[in-house]
Amino acid sequence: MRQFFVRSMVALGTLGLLGALSAGSARADDISGAGATFPYPVYAKWAEAYRRQTGIGLNYQSIGSGGGIKQIEASTVTFGASDMPLTAQVLQQNGLMQWPMIIGGAIPVVNIPGISPGQMLLDGPTIAAIYMGDITRWNDPAIRKLNPTLKLPKLDIAPVYRSDGSGTNFLFTNFLSKVSPSFAQKIGSNTSVQWPVGIGAKGNEGVANQVLQTTGSIGYVEYAYVVQTHMTYAKLRNQAGQFVAPSVQAFQAAAANANWAASPGFYVVLTDQPGAASWPITGASFILMHVQSKDPKTAAALKFFDWAYSRSGQPLAEQLDYVPIPAAVVKLVQASWSRSLKVNGQAVWPAK
Amino acid sequence: MPAELILPYKSQLKREARAEAAFKTLTMVSAALVLVVLAGVLVALTYGAWPALSTFRLGFLTREIWNPVTNQFGALAALYGTVITSVIAMLIAVPLAFGIAVFLTETCPLGLRGPIGTCIELLAAVPSIVFGIWGLFVLAPILQHTVQPWIIDSFGDLPWIGKLFRGPPYGIGLMTAGFVLAIMVLPFVTSIMREVFLSTPRSLKEAAYGIGATQWEVVWDVVLPNSRAGVIGGVMLGLGRALGETMAVTFVVGNAHRISGSLLAPGTTISASIANEFTEAFGALYTSSLIALGLLLFVLTFVIIAAARLLLLRLEQRGARL
Amino acid sequence: MSNLARRRLTATLALGAAAVATAIGLAFLAAILWTLFSRGLGGLHWQVFTQTTPAPGSSGGLINAIYGSVVMTLLGVLIGAPIGILAATYLSEYGRTGRISMVIRFINDVLLSAPSIVIGLFVYTLVVVPMGHFSAIAGAISLGIIVIPVAVRTSEDMLRLVPQSMRHGSAALGAQPWRSITSIVYPAARSGLLTGVLLALARVSGETAPLLFTALNNQFWNAKLTQPMANLPVVIFQFATSPYKNWQSLAWAGALLITLFVLFLSVIARLVSRMFGVRESRVE
Repeated sequence: MRQFFVRSMVALGTLGLLGALSAGSARADDISGAGATFPYPVYAKWAEAYRRQTGIGLNYQSIGSGGGIKQIEASTVTFGASDMPLTAQVLQQNGLMQWPMIIGGAIPVVNIPGISPGQMLLDGPTIAAIYMGDITRWNDPAIRKLNPTLKLPKLDIAPVYRSDGSGTNFLFTNFLSKVSPSFAQKIGSNTSVQWPVGIGAKGNEGVANQVLQTTGSIGYVEYAYVVQTHMTYAKLRNQAGQFVAPSVQAFQAAAANANWAASPGFYVVLTDQPGAASWPITGASFILMHVQSKDPKTAAALKFFDWAYSRSGQPLAEQLDYVPIPAAVVKLVQASWSRSLKVNGQAVWPAK
Repeated sequence: MPAELILPYKSQLKREARAEAAFKTLTMVSAALVLVVLAGVLVALTYGAWPALSTFRLGFLTREIWNPVTNQFGALAALYGTVITSVIAMLIAVPLAFGIAVFLTETCPLGLRGPIGTCIELLAAVPSIVFGIWGLFVLAPILQHTVQPWIIDSFGDLPWIGKLFRGPPYGIGLMTAGFVLAIMVLPFVTSIMREVFLSTPRSLKEAAYGIGATQWEVVWDVVLPNSRAGVIGGVMLGLGRALGETMAVTFVVGNAHRISGSLLAPGTTISASIANEFTEAFGALYTSSLIALGLLLFVLTFVIIAAARLLLLRLEQRGARL
Repeated sequence: MSNLARRRLTATLALGAAAVATAIGLAFLAAILWTLFSRGLGGLHWQVFTQTTPAPGSSGGLINAIYGSVVMTLLGVLIGAPIGILAATYLSEYGRTGRISMVIRFINDVLLSAPSIVIGLFVYTLVVVPMGHFSAIAGAISLGIIVIPVAVRTSEDMLRLVPQSMRHGSAALGAQPWRSITSIVYPAARSGLLTGVLLALARVSGETAPLLFTALNNQFWNAKLTQPMANLPVVIFQFATSPYKNWQSLAWAGALLITLFVLFLSVIARLVSRMFGVRESRVE
């Protein structure tokens, strides 16, 4: 009886393991990418739809722009994604090329009892002061000056920042450095900075979650996260002095002045742009790939990006309130693919 | 009966001898593998940590700065957080564990001892990540809205120690991480204490009862001193566990590479820093600094656990002699 | 108050505090299990077992993560348990009293309590970097390394429980040690060894940190060992810290699944040791 029990368990286990290991080896390999959490909602949506259409999967790990840069430098993925554009010098040093894939905006969000989305008005210098620890309560005079009609409680502010290396960090600190000289001096602008106060959270998702969980908190997240989870966003004052609410139109207004053709390596930063309707913390998210690639999946990845730029991918992006890259810029990007991207010495674009 | 009578063929004897040599070698290699793994971990970590250690030298241990932009790294904030959260955890867990062990070995009705003991051990079976998300979604809001404001109001203004309890109630931070760690470490320390208490010789206890000691006096004055080495060993094992715990802490420690005076402030621990930052660290010095943190943690836990094991070993030997 | 009365009062208070401590400990267990069940059961619909992890806002399940966890933990135990049992065989049969055995036992106990994140770092430098990418096999190796000390400890204890008389009897019939071990000792300690393997399996099922840098994760179904593979702990880690409701409920469902599995294994381990038991020698 015991023998039967033991032997059958062992046999079943072995069979099961063998069956499991041999299953699924007949599918094509997935394209692998890693990096920014800023565009993650739209990349995930694209990947799902692309898979349904073509059967090819895109395995994208949103580990932060810093991680994306690291992984592509180590060639452990086919492409990296970063919201901070690399300078032409760094690109050349590492044999990489980059191009913009999608445009979005970083939004300040708060969690204050009694305040609903869009009610709170803030500007760059005030947010900079909050994150430097100079303003510590929500009923501070500086905040009350911007919001004379709002009932602000005597609640401690809990600033939430990105604890991982993040392009969203770069956009946010870049904007604050432009509008507040003391912020530029004390903290600076980069994917990862030393914050004097506040709580760290991982990824756009982590910050969004932390703000939702912590009363009195303020954070900054990509717009798709705000919309998907109905967070309480604040309106920001832009360079023209207008308080704007975040929206696709506001991001488009900010992106309208960008001169992509004149920027080597497509290095363009869209924060604090002029224009009455511009959203001050707009940014593009970039894809990074090796110029001389050995990765056999490079061609498949380019096909995916072409699909994402096209009429199949753009509506999905707009559904999530991202701004597509203008058609003229797409042509420039694809020209750079033909010109520069090679796999084992051979050009991979246009695809044969 | 000699082997020649059972196995009449010389070839069979030779085969058996060769098989014996092979099998013995196999077991020796496997046993050596344990040492190889330890050595391998130390070597791999030291190799990976070398760039950071040679750049920063001893300053790595004494500086608080953690700046990936200027490539300046110091382990002090992570070390501080690791030590503080573990100390908070032990301060809470050890008295609780002692109480549970006393209850289960002395006053608990015999029929209930098994089930309650099993329940406490079930806490050890819960995966650490579950503790982490429970801490973030259940414990942190409770702490933020009720417990922490009370602590700040009651203790924040006291002289000297008041500094420990000031600051905005975030809900997450060093204190919350300490609480979660305490619950995680509780079953380990409890089961070791229970074992050690149960091994007290009956004659000692009977002698104490014989001269009129109360049950509590027997526990405090006879059982506990007798079990001293085992209790200390168990506490140190729990401490080693707390120092190295990753997932339970990462969710609730606040991820701030900072040393603030307050226990309610966010901080970071070595394992939380590595878990959060390793996959994204770019730049050789950044990665190397994280590996150096790992090496530091490994050495720290090694020393504490080794000391604990030695203590427990001595207790076993002493017990055998009795 | 008389001295005796004071002492009695102290005793009552102290022992009462001990009971309160026990109640607190049990309350924590109840609170955690309550949260797990109330939030996890809600997310546990049959799609969890038929669909792969979804994009934010879409519906989906956990099947790729469950599969990945099962494969990697089984592989990890398959790698670690034989090594552990063989090492324990050396410690118990060949080198029971030697100095090197004492050192090995000591080092083994240290490794037993070592932080698992350090093991993950180790396997990252040794396997992931040379391979060029994350993979399930790296994850399995890191879990295997964690299994080894657990298996060594429990197996040695179990092997030692086998009475020496059995080994002596076998030797008296002319058997070499290896034959005694494989034909007599292993079968006698069978249930104990199995219990040890089950406990090791339970231990690695909940491990997250070593998988973070080795197997990473995968949004889709992947059965290839050389590619990143989804697994429950890392999926829970990612989903729980996100702001999406569907992800969070899947995270709780996954947490419930792991906890139930580990509890189930612990119960089975206890049953096995009681059902089969260590065979008592009838010739002493």
